[in-house]
Amino acid sequence: MENRIENMEKAAPVPLQQEQGAIRGSEPARAANLGRFREAALAAVFIAPALLLFGIFLFYPLVQSVYLSLHSTNPRGQVANFVGLTNFRNLFNSPGFPNSLIVTLKFILLTVPASLALALAFAAVCRSRIRGMRIFRFVFALPIAVSVSTGSIMWMILFHPTLGTLNYFLGKIGLAPVQWLTDPNMALLSISLMTVWMNIGFLFILLLGGMQGIPEEIYESAKIDGSGPLRTFWRLTLPLVSPTLFFASVTSVIGAFQAFGQINILTKGGPVNSTNVLVFKLYEDAFVNFRFGVGSAQALVLFAIVLLITVLQFVFAERKVHYQ
Amino acid sequence: MKSVSASRVLAYLLSALAAIFILFPFWITLSNSLMTEAESAAYPPKLWPTGLHLDNFSGVLASIPIARFILNSFVVSSVITIGCLITSCMAAYAFAFLRFPGKKIIFALFLSTMMIPWEVAVIPNYLTVRSWGWLDSYAGLTVPFLATAFGVFLMRQFFLQLPKELMEAARIDGCGHIRIFLRLAVPLSMPGLATLGVYSFLNHWNMYLWPLLVTSSEKMRTVQIGVSMLQFSEMTAWNLVMAGLVLVLLPSLIMLALGLGRLVGGLTAGALKG
Repeated sequence: MENRIENMEKAAPVPLQQEQGAIRGSEPARAANLGRFREAALAAVFIAPALLLFGIFLFYPLVQSVYLSLHSTNPRGQVANFVGLTNFRNLFNSPGFPNSLIVTLKFILLTVPASLALALAFAAVCRSRIRGMRIFRFVFALPIAVSVSTGSIMWMILFHPTLGTLNYFLGKIGLAPVQWLTDPNMALLSISLMTVWMNIGFLFILLLGGMQGIPEEIYESAKIDGSGPLRTFWRLTLPLVSPTLFFASVTSVIGAFQAFGQINILTKGGPVNSTNVLVFKLYEDAFVNFRFGVGSAQALVLFAIVLLITVLQFVFAERKVHYQ
Repeated sequence: MKSVSASRVLAYLLSALAAIFILFPFWITLSNSLMTEAESAAYPPKLWPTGLHLDNFSGVLASIPIARFILNSFVVSSVITIGCLITSCMAAYAFAFLRFPGKKIIFALFLSTMMIPWEVAVIPNYLTVRSWGWLDSYAGLTVPFLATAFGVFLMRQFFLQLPKELMEAARIDGCGHIRIFLRLAVPLSMPGLATLGVYSFLNHWNMYLWPLLVTSSEKMRTVQIGVSMLQFSEMTAWNLVMAGLVLVLLPSLIMLALGLGRLVGGLTAGALKG
């Protein structure tokens, strides 16, 4: 600014120079415009690949799901005719879908709190600088390396009614063997046990990372104040790790809604639909019975539920979370 | 002082108990993979193998093309990981350093993809991939996963933490954005790349539903689908099944041992500050 005023003052007596000054003044402006345009163009190039992939494989499918859910499809998966909301009405009027909702809800209640509590406890122990904790850290992280199919088969032999070590140990302490996967009252509990075991790896890593972000000085001053380990955990670690815990609980609930592999491998939704969770039912309807319309209606209900839960968790839990 | 050592003993005890809970399934898998067929089918179940029957591993390699499955999974996970790193870095750089119209809206759009569970999109995606003739191909297995919002947020976070002075100095020296991106931002964000790389690799190595849907021939099957078919092939010989599992677990465990340091803290950073 000042520069330009100086220029003008100098130029004032001679009009021709003033004109030159004006031209000189607009050139940087044009260059800046060009620069901004080039920056935006570069941004477009940088964002395009991700945006294109999201468009094709996430946003378009949402729209397509709405379209499919309003139609009936032939066994080849082609749209046959428009049926309006019939697919949705049938979902809620048949016993299968409400049952799936209840099973999924039970599954969430059985897996999420247990997984979070265990992972939190393991992380709290590993955070302390006790010798040998590096080994425990690796052990507790191990399940993250186990895929759902590998984990399911590992547990299949544990659950085996006669060859399984679980029943063997039960027998040792004088208890009757349990039909882990074939008793309708037991199957969901067994699947949940295996799922908690699988969840721990990721949650542990996440929560340990959150705890390591807490400055060591806070712990030292707590120690000087005479705070014991349990008190330190409740009063210090838990509030300070609450943002991570909050994120972990959101992802765990969403993850539980997406459970599929362990059910497909271990129980196929049975016995008597006692483990028929939402995604397994969706899979059966869409890819075993090729009813894509009904499947899409279920996918949309799943989407609505997940969205609602995410929003609710943000509204209610976020207030209680302590951000530094 | 006394209470400190008491709590320390308690910590060890609880950790040891927890470790047994975590390790027990691994132990049963490993010990069964070293048993003879008779041992693994014996009642009461044996907890220790009598000897090291390493021929289970050659047995499982001979009976199913597990090497091919592992190769397929390796190709699929690597392609997805590399693709993900590239798309994430590019988009993250734009969100972190470039000015452009609609930045906030597009960023919110990226954020919203985290709300869409992949299962919701699976039917249309299956139909899309089928209509492109991509069933049973590497393209069908990889292309839908080449971008993730999580990766974009994680990398953006790392870019924003780079020292501002450095970026400004580079700008003053006349470096364009492409040079800053390639020579400065990406190399200085190696920890972020490593975190995202390990996470993405493990995640896609373990993928189950999608490969189950889009592969049907044995030669395109990934290791997770191949493994879950182990127990259905012929009668179940648990020692061979478990030997197969050990072979499948090995790459992931090595990956975890190498990358655990990166995952702890790295994932939390992406989760919270994105």
